[in-house]
Amino acid sequence: MKRLTPYLLILPGGLWLVIFLVVPMVFMASVSLQEGDSLNGFVQTFNVGIYGDVLSQYRTQFLRSAEYGLIGTLISIALAYPMAYWIAFKGGERKSTYLLLVLLPFFVSFVLRTVSWKFLLADDGMVLGPLKSAGLLPEDFHVLQTTAAVIGGLVYNYLPFMILPIYVALERVDPRVIEAAQDLYAARRQAFTRIVLPLSLPGVFAGVLMTFVPMTADYVNASILGGPDNTMIGNIIQVEYLTNGDYPTAAALSFALMAAMLIGIFAYARALGTENVLEAAAR
Amino acid sequence: MYPRTDTAFLRGMTQSRSVTRRDALRLGGLSAAGLALAACGVEGKKVAPPARDAVAEYWASKKKTGTLRFANWPLYIDKEGKKYPSLEMFTADTGIKVTYQEAIQDVGTFFGKIQPLLAAGNDIGYDLMVLTNGFQLNRAIALGYLVPLDHSKLPNFAANATSAVKDPTWDPDNAHTIPWTVGVTGIAYNPKYVDEVKSIADLWNPKYKGKVGMMLDTQEVANFGMFALGIDPDASTEADWKKAGAKLTEQRDAGLVRKYYENDYVDALARGDIWITMAWSGDIFQQVAEGKDLRFVVPEEGGTIWTDNMCIPKTAQNPVDALTLMDYVYQPKIATMLVEYINYITPVSSARELVLADADKATGEKKASLKQIAESPLIFPSEADLAKLRSYKTLNPAQEKVFQDIFQPITQG
Repeated sequence: MKRLTPYLLILPGGLWLVIFLVVPMVFMASVSLQEGDSLNGFVQTFNVGIYGDVLSQYRTQFLRSAEYGLIGTLISIALAYPMAYWIAFKGGERKSTYLLLVLLPFFVSFVLRTVSWKFLLADDGMVLGPLKSAGLLPEDFHVLQTTAAVIGGLVYNYLPFMILPIYVALERVDPRVIEAAQDLYAARRQAFTRIVLPLSLPGVFAGVLMTFVPMTADYVNASILGGPDNTMIGNIIQVEYLTNGDYPTAAALSFALMAAMLIGIFAYARALGTENVLEAAAR
Repeated sequence: MYPRTDTAFLRGMTQSRSVTRRDALRLGGLSAAGLALAACGVEGKKVAPPARDAVAEYWASKKKTGTLRFANWPLYIDKEGKKYPSLEMFTADTGIKVTYQEAIQDVGTFFGKIQPLLAAGNDIGYDLMVLTNGFQLNRAIALGYLVPLDHSKLPNFAANATSAVKDPTWDPDNAHTIPWTVGVTGIAYNPKYVDEVKSIADLWNPKYKGKVGMMLDTQEVANFGMFALGIDPDASTEADWKKAGAKLTEQRDAGLVRKYYENDYVDALARGDIWITMAWSGDIFQQVAEGKDLRFVVPEEGGTIWTDNMCIPKTAQNPVDALTLMDYVYQPKIATMLVEYINYITPVSSARELVLADADKATGEKKASLKQIAESPLIFPSEADLAKLRSYKTLNPAQEKVFQDIFQPITQG
């Protein structure tokens, strides 16, 4: 029995993943290699060429999504790190209150939060309107339907996913190691760059995973806040699947996106120099 | 089911299934292969249009059950508080209880949800639904997902529907669908920023750079691209689509287009983010009725007429009840209740006199608004207006692919 215990522990979660993740992925892989149309049915032809086709046809949107994901992730780190640092080291008694505040936006629907931006940032809305009448902004200035609006929306929606893992990593840093560094004549800054920062990197890595991946695949922000030149790959997949009924193209796009992101993430893990960083992040 | 060893699954994935018309019409039928096909999103075969005997065959065994599940779009039926007066009247007259749900926000998404269920022959949870003519409705008809209508049970439709809505190009003889409402795609603008608009060319006017709204739907923008060039969409060819595509690309590349909108163009127009935009008639009428200063025109080059159609999915549990409602709303009295709330074009033109009669009885603000409805060319369009209107072109799958490849990169660049 004792020997079976670990397997029994993994069984429920494992089954869940197999049924709801692996099986659909097998289906999707198979669908991506079919040809046909929605009226006459699709036939499995193992048409591998479709991957080349979709990658070249939607190259712009792929690169744009990666760019938005990357910029959004960097901005998230810049915003989240100081905040997580402050909560972890200066939050004192009220740490959990601050964390709740960070999570509070999640209590409102994702779409609703994004739509509310449209009202806030309308051309003559409550933010831009007064600035324009005061002559601080040109009349034709606008925020909605710009790249900045889309990236802003992405950061806004995914920021907590960056704050939480960094906070957890920082929270775990033993204050005594910082004291030790100072005892050894490290300046505050040195203590941070040589002790705290390296110890918190697994948290940053986890945060990057949790923000870059969904940001890159996001389609809500681009469709609500974006303009004609902000279409992301998620929007294309949605149209191919729902409007065009072109399942092979939609499936191939999804797979290509997943593969590209996996490669990106592993390259990043390697570049970070810690091959065990995945393990560290999970610790 | 384990995919590698389930032979039905493998067969479903690797072989195309041949389905005869008889098979397709045996509506309740469900096979393991059908399930597997549905599970991986592969659909069955195209079926021939229903023959007369198909109608009799389907309806012969169907009985009234006294319940009806109706899926419609938001704000698309008369409403008082939480009640729907026309449906209550229906229940009182026929004894059929209606569960009404505003389940459809977008045809693509809704069809994406129900398609696997229909392909597998499963109940979709609705007996009656309202689909706009276009890609998805064409697909639903071609795949045999819709019940052939028994017109002997639709006397009010025969007597009261305007000739314009009978026998549409996408569904000859109204074999599967009859209209719920009709709408027009034209141009809406804010007179505060925009001079009077008559021509579609104003959507290309550099004065309105960055303040022009166009629609995301490729069938919608394609029609406007063609109108701008004087091409009749009904008669258009691939070469025409390319020209229209170039015209629309020029508009986009010049930075004129603020965004390719879905329903959200209304808010953007009302807020002033855009000044001039492609628009649906009823939306603008409702905005004006709420006191916004907006205008709607059918451009002289032409506008698009579209129809939201009632239809019965093949897996409906209460088809007789659904058919009863379809006919019920074609009574002028009921059509009047509906149009006074919905503000789109009613397929029952005689409703106009009844709206006027209601206006005579009403007082004050209510009277004015009813008068406005009866006199609005957006709700009761003139023959001259109707003559300028065109549908979306009905496309086969091969044409649809070509069409999408031309227009989709414009709206989803």
